[in-house]
Amino acid sequence: MATIASNISPTRRMKNGPGAAARVVRIVIIYALLIGVGAAFLLPFLWAVTSSLRSAGAGLRFPPEFLPREFNFSNYPKVFELIPFARFFGNSILVTTISVIGECLSASFVAFGFARLRFPGRNVLFVVLLTTMMIPYPVTMIPSFILWVRGLGMANTFGPLIIPPFFGPAFSIFLLRQFFMTVSMELDEAAKVDGASEFRIYWQIILPLAKPALATIAIFSFIATWNDFLTPLIYLSDSNLYTLALGINFLRNFRGGGELAYQMAATIMFVAPSIIIYFVSQRYVIEGIVTTGLKG
Amino acid sequence: MARREAIVGFIFISPWLLGFIVFLAGPILVSLYLSFTTYKPGLTPVFTGLANYTRMFSDGLFYQSLRVTSIYTLFSVPVSLVTALVLAILLNQRVPGQRLFRTIFYLPSLISGVAVAIVFAWIFNARYGIVNYLLSIVGIAGPNWLGDPDYTLSAFVLMSLWGVGGTTVIFIAALQGVPAALYEAAELDGANNWQRFWNVTIPLISPVILFALVTGVIATFQTFATSYILTRGGPSNASLFYLLYLYQNAFSWFEMGYASALAWFLFLIILICTGILLRSSSMWVHYEGLGRK
Repeated sequence: MATIASNISPTRRMKNGPGAAARVVRIVIIYALLIGVGAAFLLPFLWAVTSSLRSAGAGLRFPPEFLPREFNFSNYPKVFELIPFARFFGNSILVTTISVIGECLSASFVAFGFARLRFPGRNVLFVVLLTTMMIPYPVTMIPSFILWVRGLGMANTFGPLIIPPFFGPAFSIFLLRQFFMTVSMELDEAAKVDGASEFRIYWQIILPLAKPALATIAIFSFIATWNDFLTPLIYLSDSNLYTLALGINFLRNFRGGGELAYQMAATIMFVAPSIIIYFVSQRYVIEGIVTTGLKG
Repeated sequence: MARREAIVGFIFISPWLLGFIVFLAGPILVSLYLSFTTYKPGLTPVFTGLANYTRMFSDGLFYQSLRVTSIYTLFSVPVSLVTALVLAILLNQRVPGQRLFRTIFYLPSLISGVAVAIVFAWIFNARYGIVNYLLSIVGIAGPNWLGDPDYTLSAFVLMSLWGVGGTTVIFIAALQGVPAALYEAAELDGANNWQRFWNVTIPLISPVILFALVTGVIATFQTFATSYILTRGGPSNASLFYLLYLYQNAFSWFEMGYASALAWFLFLIILICTGILLRSSSMWVHYEGLGRK
């Protein structure tokens, strides 16, 4: 896994390529394209940051500004006054943290079973697991709602958001199982000779080895849960329980919330954790995506 | 020994097995049952046979949502795919600074749904938005993207392009997996760049293209947050995505029986699309015998 991400090297070499002049032209064209398209991708970010730093009430400016001329940070604290931003943030942190822990624990536990133990029906069950990844969420949405709300009385609780991750999300199981398959079985056998149970092998040998893979699924789980809109929308109607995804939409429809500068300040604070996590752990993210696409 | 291992094995997979039964298989069957009933929460489901399904086919909004979602999928998936492939090729060229460019293209993929919708609501502003500003530079008077039914879906397709970073990363890895020897052999045979691209690159990365196609179709059929926040399905239902209509039926009008039928129909569409793509793959997807682990 590690080699794919770190070995980002071009495949084509210009052995008998054209002369130096042609090579320069080629590089210039590549840069022109990269910078042009790159700018298009970056503009919405730059514009959002710039808009969040302008004094409120100015509305949209024409032509649009992409680099800040004033640095008015007051819109950020203002968001905390307009809506209970700190509470929403706290709710999101709580829901996301528990979901990530649940997903890492359960997915690694189940993946250990699929990768390293033999039992009847294992392969069939694994195919079932792979198939479940194709099932669209809407198909189970309504009965799940009935189960949580009418069956378990958990409307307006975090239960429907944080309990399912403890039951092994298929995608993460798949990713970890692929990783566990690459670890030598001799480790388990040696540990068994020393009298270790499967649970100790899982907890003390395999899990520590799987840290990079665990980091990958933790990040994906974080980003998915942090951005999830539909699930909290269905289960949370009490605004005290809103996660940030609901909260920043709430701001738009709230008094004073129609203001561009406040919306952008709130949005930037909403996306900041995902971006920070990405920069801290870039390598794992890229590896994860690559594994999904190439080995899936 | 083997028996003990089997028991322990089942203990290890039990969380998933339990979750599969309670949160997936059970609900799927219940959803199928509900699709044959009239059901509002708090009342007992009343069996009405195929009524929900026949209702669908005389429901103008159902057709509209199907049309919107299909058109969006038909444009968004291929356009995103080609964009991702072009970007991947660009990002795979050996020039300094690629790490930075890769980050720039990937960053938007970290932001989904709500945040994208909130920012793009302003970006598509007819008079002052960035998109129309850029168009005005080249002398084009931009449309009222989110207010004119003829342009709303185009705005959604444009917006989806902002998120091609994930697919691009997969394509880059696939491009790097193409053995250099094949390019060299093709070059010796006198193949030009274009021929090498069509006859070496495309066949060798075709499994990854198939993967991106299938996951892309599954995802676009489930577009929700952006349409919910940005347009609420408007103007004049021009962005009434299938899942938005399903959500409205289930949670605004509490027509849960009908919504379950809609969900099952969606499931069928996705199954058929995936089936067609996988079937067609034998004609255009090339599997190298070498195989990855």
